[in-house]
Amino acid sequence: MTINTMAKGGWHRDQMSCFRKMEKVIVAMQDPDMGMKMRNQRLLITIIPHAMTGRDIIDWLMKKSNICEEESLHISGLLVRYGYIYPLKEPRSLVLRPDESPYRFQTPYFWTSTRWPASELDYAIYLAKKNIRKQGELMEYEKERYSVLHKRINHTWDFVVMQAREQLRASKQRRKADRIVLECQEQAYWLINRPPPGARNVLDMGLERPNNTARVTLNSEHYKNEIDTCKRALGRNRVKSSICLEGFMKYSEQYQNHDPIMQGCLPSNPWISDDSAHWTMNLETVPTPTRLRVERWSFSFMELLNDEMGRREFMTYLEKEFSGENLAFWQACEDIKHGESSKIVEKVEEIYRNFLAPGAPRWVNIDSKTMDKTLSGIRHPHRFVMEDAQMHIYFLIKKDSYPRYLKSDLYKNMLAKGIVPQETKKSVFPFMRRQRHSSPSPAQVATQATEEGGNAKGAGQAGTNSAAGSNV
Amino acid sequence: MAAEKAEMDVLKKECDGLRTQIEAARKAVNDGNMTSAAGSATEVGRVQLKLRKSLKGHLAKIYSMHWSSDSRSMISASQDGKLLVWDTHTGNKLVAVPLKSAWVMSVAFAPSGNLVASGGLDNMCTVSNIKAASPKTLRELDAHTGYLSCCRFLSDTEILTASGDTTCCLWDLETGKQKIIFTNHIGDCMSLALSMDENTFVSGACDSLAKLWDLREGTCKQTFSGHTSDINAIQFFPNGNAFVTGSDDCSCKMYDLRSDQEVITYQDGSLNAGVTSVSLSNSGRLVFAGYDDFNCHIWDSLKGEKVGVLSGHDNRVSCTGVPADGMGVCTGSWDSFLKLWN
Repeated sequence: MTINTMAKGGWHRDQMSCFRKMEKVIVAMQDPDMGMKMRNQRLLITIIPHAMTGRDIIDWLMKKSNICEEESLHISGLLVRYGYIYPLKEPRSLVLRPDESPYRFQTPYFWTSTRWPASELDYAIYLAKKNIRKQGELMEYEKERYSVLHKRINHTWDFVVMQAREQLRASKQRRKADRIVLECQEQAYWLINRPPPGARNVLDMGLERPNNTARVTLNSEHYKNEIDTCKRALGRNRVKSSICLEGFMKYSEQYQNHDPIMQGCLPSNPWISDDSAHWTMNLETVPTPTRLRVERWSFSFMELLNDEMGRREFMTYLEKEFSGENLAFWQACEDIKHGESSKIVEKVEEIYRNFLAPGAPRWVNIDSKTMDKTLSGIRHPHRFVMEDAQMHIYFLIKKDSYPRYLKSDLYKNMLAKGIVPQETKKSVFPFMRRQRHSSPSPAQVATQATEEGGNAKGAGQAGTNSAAGSNV
Repeated sequence: MAAEKAEMDVLKKECDGLRTQIEAARKAVNDGNMTSAAGSATEVGRVQLKLRKSLKGHLAKIYSMHWSSDSRSMISASQDGKLLVWDTHTGNKLVAVPLKSAWVMSVAFAPSGNLVASGGLDNMCTVSNIKAASPKTLRELDAHTGYLSCCRFLSDTEILTASGDTTCCLWDLETGKQKIIFTNHIGDCMSLALSMDENTFVSGACDSLAKLWDLREGTCKQTFSGHTSDINAIQFFPNGNAFVTGSDDCSCKMYDLRSDQEVITYQDGSLNAGVTSVSLSNSGRLVFAGYDDFNCHIWDSLKGEKVGVLSGHDNRVSCTGVPADGMGVCTGSWDSFLKLWN
């Protein structure tokens, strides 16, 4: 793994928000009154003060934030992985063990956020110290990095060695316990900021976005294009905001019952109950569609057309009115638009024969202007040659046949017959399904407890299946 | 030299003039504001979605995911060099597609479910058939001069791609050639979304602009500004008249296509992490935005309030998606897990 030189300063912000959250927890943990109780831990023959066990950490988090053990394990795991707490035994394994394993808080001096970004110079000094202190103490990957650094910052190497020696001398003057603590802290810091190859790099910022300001040359050509684009944009039709906003409100309201995340779904949400009955009932072709589905056909013409069953029902209605050829024509045009290029010519010919030619068996009524345009276009068939004619017929059906269909007995019966599934009864042993509860921040836990008690209040409450209630 | 500069200045001035006129035209129709219009809408209350499944299988950061149109299978792409197709109901892996290049940034499912596309730092979009006995590469679309940031199928015969070379491109899968190249952005294109009628699409780029394009003509119909940093994610509102963007400036915005302007911004002082991904619930009421702070926050799209959070990932949330049947939301993260919530 090569040593990262700092990427653009923007990344600084992203990680900071997470670090700040973790730091809040860490500070609370070290509060003299409400924080963790720490004790001395024995490490070989030395006694390390102010340490705690993994179990202590988990219990404290569970109690303080009112969360379950699993979540506590998860959070404390994060704290270790980001270097706020480090293990005393097996320092290279940045894992939180929920047992008697000893851990210690990292000193703020060595918080990743404090000394961001970790500098090459500091790393070089650290490796130099290790090297000097005990020849051969450097691990294989550290030796490699050491030599790479030696090449890269060779000009300051004297300074590096001098600093290393100074720091070693100063540390010799300290008490053994303090010295060990400092060494542990420093080691923990570098395990996070310069992880060994193969270890997860929690500070990885991902693929760097190349500096792109030089990609497009802002020359006259560019501005001429911009002007054309702007002129086109200026000429756009604009609708009053109030009308548009009203449209969003109406849409959300209309579809609220059809939005499983907002209102739950019947018979049950397969993700929750593991029962795929809902999907079976809503397959493309079923003997009887659900009522919600048939209701959606009345929301917009596209909803009807996009549903295979809806389209078939509509076709049945149109055949009764002897205007089925319109829908058939529309479908044939769609087929050309989205189908294989090689079949375009033959499909266009077929459409002409069936729908457009004088005396055609399923002749469609298109205005003469569009008809002329289409007929001349057919001489050089391409994917969108039928577009104008298709649009014409589309609007014809939408304005005329569609509204009448919705008022027809055929549709009304469909709607009445539509299935409204029974809500699946809760299984006899609800606790066999282990619901993983993802609670929001601890601060809101208090309110959560009261909210879960008071169940779904009509349309207002989202996220809970109406009868399933609060099963934590 | 001086003459050239003078010409450029004149052109620049004309551009600016036109842009001012566009702003004026937008202001002229702006007779309402979203939060007041939403005053009558019912409160959503606190949205608490539970974690239903955690899909484990990838060995490295997940960069992208996409639902199949059957709302049950889903494909995810990770920098461990694999695409995994999951049956989200059982949690089983259905297909594993090994990639030639591990640096994948985007993945897409064709509406038919037969094809998948992926691409990334290799500048190519690779289309594979996953219905064959073992995944077969159908096409390698190689013409972009920058990384592939996003791809979306129109059908089994056409695909749209967005690239770091600032262009978007419509490809003909039968010939493997580019049909139309959409140029106008001056920054890396990061994301695109196709309209329901497949006549237009919107794209978001590092120049902090979102653009609306005519798929047929190949022209840019409109430019939407407002963000102050790279736009990473873009999705249409389900009625097709608006779209939502997510940006590195830590906010999301909704832009309305008919009134031609921004209608609302979703931002919160306490959120100072960039937005990586957005998706909407079926009614459009809820916006799920994945952030760099390891969470996915939920916004009430109409009232503009934060109404919930999905916490549980150990690293940045890189992708979110709501299936067509709207059953829930899936989040994918750099921690290599995909989580399903509802």
